Amino acid sequence: MKIMAKSRTLYDKIWDNHLIQSENDTSLIYIDRHLVHEVTSPQAFEGLREAGRKVRAPNKTIAVPDHNVATTSDRLTNFGSEEGRIQLETLDKNARDFGIHYYAVDDIRQGIVHIIGPEQGWTLPGMTIVCGDSHTATHGAFGALAHGIGTSEVEHVLATQTLIQQKSKNMKVEVSGQLGNGVTAKDITLTIIGKTGTAGGTGHVIEYCGSAIESLSMEGRMTVCNMAIEGGARAGLIAPDQKTLDYVKGRPHSPKGEKWDKAVEFWKTLFSDPDAYFDKEIFLKAEDIAPVVTWGTSPEDVLPITDFVPSPDNFQGSKVEAAKRSLEYMGLRPGQKLQDIEVDAVFIGSCTNGRIEDLREVEKIVKGKKVKSGIRAMVVPGSGLVKKQAEEEGIANSLKEAGFDWRMPGCSMCLAMNPDQLLPEERCAATSNRNFEGRQGRGGRTHLMSPAMAAAAAITGRLTDVRDI
Amino acid sequence: MEKFNILEGIAAPMPLINIDTDMLIPKQFLKTIKRTGLGENLFFEMRFDQNGNKIKDFILNKNHYSKASIIVGGANFGCGSSREHAPWALKDFGIKCIISTSFADIFFNNCFKNGILPIIVSEDLHQILLQDAKMETTSIMKIDLENQKIVRNNGDQLDFEVDEFKKYCLLNGLDDIGLTLKSADKISSFEKEYSDKFSWS
Repeated sequence: MKIMAKSRTLYDKIWDNHLIQSENDTSLIYIDRHLVHEVTSPQAFEGLREAGRKVRAPNKTIAVPDHNVATTSDRLTNFGSEEGRIQLETLDKNARDFGIHYYAVDDIRQGIVHIIGPEQGWTLPGMTIVCGDSHTATHGAFGALAHGIGTSEVEHVLATQTLIQQKSKNMKVEVSGQLGNGVTAKDITLTIIGKTGTAGGTGHVIEYCGSAIESLSMEGRMTVCNMAIEGGARAGLIAPDQKTLDYVKGRPHSPKGEKWDKAVEFWKTLFSDPDAYFDKEIFLKAEDIAPVVTWGTSPEDVLPITDFVPSPDNFQGSKVEAAKRSLEYMGLRPGQKLQDIEVDAVFIGSCTNGRIEDLREVEKIVKGKKVKSGIRAMVVPGSGLVKKQAEEEGIANSLKEAGFDWRMPGCSMCLAMNPDQLLPEERCAATSNRNFEGRQGRGGRTHLMSPAMAAAAAITGRLTDVRDI
Repeated sequence: MEKFNILEGIAAPMPLINIDTDMLIPKQFLKTIKRTGLGENLFFEMRFDQNGNKIKDFILNKNHYSKASIIVGGANFGCGSSREHAPWALKDFGIKCIISTSFADIFFNNCFKNGILPIIVSEDLHQILLQDAKMETTSIMKIDLENQKIVRNNGDQLDFEVDEFKKYCLLNGLDDIGLTLKSADKISSFEKEYSDKFSWS
């Protein structure tokens, strides 16, 4: 906790606060919260057992099953696969044996790890947060330094509550102005990736700022930070403000009373100094952002919905081959109007867009309308509490009446580890974060977009400009 | 962890950019609770067709390259999910070194934790090594970590950069946790000071 006179970015400040020691370029940093799920943790707990080690800070370690859980109502007995059952049981046993916080599958608070962290007040400004999951970047929306780690690092954090790190560079992405009608946080984050490319943020921590970012709700900010990793950055950050405090206040694990006052006083210091240095800066005008979709198999393959499928000749270097491969995989031809592309399935959910605000957006579009016949449309709330709230607000009913399948919470078809998968060549309008080959099921074709755009596609049966609905 | 010093082996060319960790090891193989046995499913959807037959054209299915221990890969190698199953699968298959112009951060780190050396080279060197890898006769390379050299089949030596600490851990096969626990006292005193200052954390 050194005091530095020099101007610092928000990332620099959080880093300095957590720096235990540093030698050459290698530093040891302290971790405030360690989130754990069933897929990337079994080998880490096994490593602890083999070495006779304990979890150093069980009260800072939070486990929840999400990737593998079935989203059907019989999921306590029907696991989809035997290996899935074993993996869930292993997490259950590890959580109990090592005495860490745990939300079991039958707990209403269970959900996607990146949704329940903020929901339960584990995620707080200024913290360092890690998880064996690349979408840990989500928590950066609170002004926390949050990023994904591998399983060896999961074991390292379990054993030491620290992480060996090299400091990243600072990158600023400023989005100023007012978003147009039908343009959401998802369109912002996809547009940024389309501009910078999937390696644009490699080696950097991105701070998102500007009036358009400030205007977003906490849910929207989480959507933006969630996909920092698709832009190559391990972590994305947004400086905390009054909206952040309002969201955090009163959550089960957020500070209370005097501690709250002390925390708020500190959180108000969490911003980049006006003359702080950024290694890379990107500026976007909110007015230039349209509702977008992806056409290819990389999250950088982003275009406004009013556009056309590109030709590989539009690209340069090794992207030419990549684009050819993408178009073949996606079953698309250059020059095709994006709005003519018909979909077979719609997936609404994931740590990118599985929160209450996302479901409200979907309801706005589909209320009183019907999902086009023949389309498989699925809504998977991000947590048991999101699901409950949506049911109480009548959203669940509207969506069910429209023809959506209303499921239990989990990661579901975002990565299709559980039985929710696309069939070969099945085309999906998805609110998730990755359109990689095979991501949602072998041969499945994913178009990424906002919840409102996915809802519009469910109604028309094709990629649709939500502004026309 | 196994020590890494000198590696001599076949390099397979995989120029495709953005090779993601879903390609390296698809989700159905992440249900394991072990670190081993993933090699047979490395690049599963590129290696096997829907009926489970080997796809002949895929580079690692070709007789010569099926014994590769090095991959010369396209830019942004290892992007996507943080799954350490990706380096586990590579290692289990026999890949110990990947050469590219850029790597995704999390994958890059995960490699070092598993005795795999990812090497970043310039665009020009990458082209040279890719051409070498494409010809069976020139595809055998030597990686000398101690001296930070890639030795081409024609004897040319190319320098590469590697972080000192990561190099030290690889050369000695060191386990990070053991190293960090040497600073246990420092962690404890930091933790105390920290929790006094940030009582809510």
